[in-house]
Amino acid sequence: MAIKISAKNLNFYYGSNQALFDNSLDIEERRITAVIGPSGCGKSTHLRVYNRIFELYRDQRVTGELIIDGVNVLDPQVDVLELRRKVGMIFQKPTPFPMSVFENIAYPIKLHFKLSSKELKQRVEQALRAASLWDEVKDKLKNSGLALSGGQQQRLCIARAIAIEPEILLMDEPTSAIDPVATLKIEELMLSLKEKYTIVVVTHNMQQAARISDNTAFFFKGHIIEYGPTARIFTNPKEKKTEEYITGRFG
Amino acid sequence: MKNKRSITSRKWTDRLVRAFSIFAVAVAVMSMLWVICTVIYYGHRALRPSFLLNPSRPYGIPGGGIANALLGTIAITFGAALIAVPPAILGGIYLSEYKDRRVICSILRFSATVMMGMPSVIIGLFVYMIVVVSSGHFSGFAGSVALAIIMFPVVMRNTEDMLGLVPYTLREAALAMGMTRTRTTLRIVCFAARRGLLTGVLLALSRVSGETAPLLFTALFSDSWPTTYFSGPTANMPVLITEYATNSPFAEMHQAGWGAALVVMLLVLTINIATRLLIRGQADGH
Ligand SMILES: Nc1ncnc2c1ncn2[C@@H]1O[C@H](COP(=O)(O)OP(=O)(O)OP(=O)(O)O)[C@@H](O)[C@H]1O
Ligand SMILES: [Mg+2]
Repeated sequence: MAIKISAKNLNFYYGSNQALFDNSLDIEERRITAVIGPSGCGKSTHLRVYNRIFELYRDQRVTGELIIDGVNVLDPQVDVLELRRKVGMIFQKPTPFPMSVFENIAYPIKLHFKLSSKELKQRVEQALRAASLWDEVKDKLKNSGLALSGGQQQRLCIARAIAIEPEILLMDEPTSAIDPVATLKIEELMLSLKEKYTIVVVTHNMQQAARISDNTAFFFKGHIIEYGPTARIFTNPKEKKTEEYITGRFG
Repeated sequence: MKNKRSITSRKWTDRLVRAFSIFAVAVAVMSMLWVICTVIYYGHRALRPSFLLNPSRPYGIPGGGIANALLGTIAITFGAALIAVPPAILGGIYLSEYKDRRVICSILRFSATVMMGMPSVIIGLFVYMIVVVSSGHFSGFAGSVALAIIMFPVVMRNTEDMLGLVPYTLREAALAMGMTRTRTTLRIVCFAARRGLLTGVLLALSRVSGETAPLLFTALFSDSWPTTYFSGPTANMPVLITEYATNSPFAEMHQAGWGAALVVMLLVLTINIATRLLIRGQADGH
C-alpha cells in the first residue's frame, strides 16, 4: 500500500509548552485513518501541522518533517497556498462563508483555477453531488450558505473542500456538532470519498472509528502510543493504555 | 431553626433593589422624553416648507431657512467620513487581525484611547492652527478634518471589536482553502462583520453631526450655499443652532434655532433607529 503522508519526529510547541512529542506516522493513500485519544492529547494539534494552518499563530511552531508525495512540506520553500489546495480541512463546527451556497464553492475554485462560467457551474454541481448535497440545495443555490441546517452546512464545507481538487482531506471531529442521522450521511459520504482521497479523521466516537476507518492511531499526552489496522487496534491492542481507552476505562 | 435569616427581610431587600432600579430606568427614560418633547415643543412651529427649502438670511432679515446649513452639515460630516473611515477600518483590521504584533497594537490602541478622551474644542483649535491659519481662511473642509479626527478612533475601535466577534474558525477555514491572509480578512472576515462595521460608521457619523465646538474654529458659518466648502466659511447646523437660539436678539431666529435643533434631532434619531435595525438583522444571521 502506498504511503501518502509520512510524519517524521514531529515536535510541536505552543509558545514554550510542548504539545506533540516525536510523532511519527505513515498515512496510507486512499484509506481512512482515524486519530483517537482522550481530550487534550494533541489530535487536533497533529492534524493542524498537515496543512500548516497553525502558522496563523505566531507563537506556534513545529520541528521534524512532514513528507507528502516525497516532499517535506514543512520546508518554508513550499508554497503554502498550493499545499492547502492539495490538503483540505473540515472543522468540528461547520464554517460556511458569508455568501451564497453557490459562491461558497465557486469562490475558492475561482481563486485556484481559470474556468469559463459554464465549467465553473459544472464544477460546483459536481462537488455538490459528490458531497451528496445537490438534491437538497439545487433550488437554493442563491440562498445564503448560513441558512442551511448544520448537517447540510457540514456537507457544504466538504463540497467546498473537494471542489478545488485536493488529494487529502483532514477532518477534525466533523460530526460531533451534528445529529445522528446527518452523522450517518457524512460517514457514508466519507466511505465514498476514500476512493479518490486520502482521509485523516479525528474522532471521539469509537464506533465511528471502528465503522469507517482502515487504520487507527491512538494518541496519549502528545505521544502516538499505538498505530495499526483498525480491526487489530480494536480487537487486540498491544498497549495497555490503548486497551484502557477503547474499552472506556478512562478518557 | 436557629440562625435562619428571616424570609420577610430578604423579600424586602429584594423589593427595595427592584424599586431603585425601576426608579433609575424611569429617570433615564423621562429625561430622554423631556429633551425630545422640549425640542419638539419649541421647534415644531418653525417647520414650514420655506424653512426647510430657503437658505439662511443675515440677522434681522425675515424669511430665512436652514437649507444651506443642512446641506453644509451633510457635506461636512460626509467629508469627515470620507477622510476618517478608510484609515480607521484599516487600523481596526490591524488591531484585530494582527494583534500578535503587540507593540504596534498597544501604541495604536493607546493613541486611540487618548484621542477619544480629547475634548473636541482642542481638536478644533488644532485644526484651526494647522488648516485654517495655514490656508488663510475658514472652510467646510477644515470642519471635515476636525470631525474626521474625532471619528477616527471611534470607528477604529469599533472595527476591532466587530472583527473580534467573527469566530477564529472562519478565518482558519478560509486559509485552509488556500486563501491568502489579505483575502481572508477582506472577503471573509470583514464581510461577515459588515453590518457591525456599518453600524459603527453610522453611530460615529451621528455622534459628530452635532459637534459644535470644533466647527466654530473651522467651518464657522455663512449665509450662502455650501459651495464654499473648500474656500470659505460654510453653513452648518450646530453653529446655526448656537447662534440663533442664544446669540440673536430676534424672536423669529430663536424659533428658527429650535426648528433647526428639531431637524438635527430627527436626523440623529433616524440614524440611530436604522442602526438598531441593522444590528437586529445581524443577530438574525443574515
Ligand atoms: N492555542 C493553544 N495554546 C496553548 N496550548 C494549546 C492551544 N491549543 C491546544 N493547546 C494544548 O495542546 C494540547 C493538545 O491540544 P489539542 O487541541 O491538540 O487536543 P485534542 O486532542 O484535539 O483535544 P480535543 O479532543 O479536546 O479536541 C492540550 O494540552 C492543549 O491544552
Ligand atoms: Mg481537538
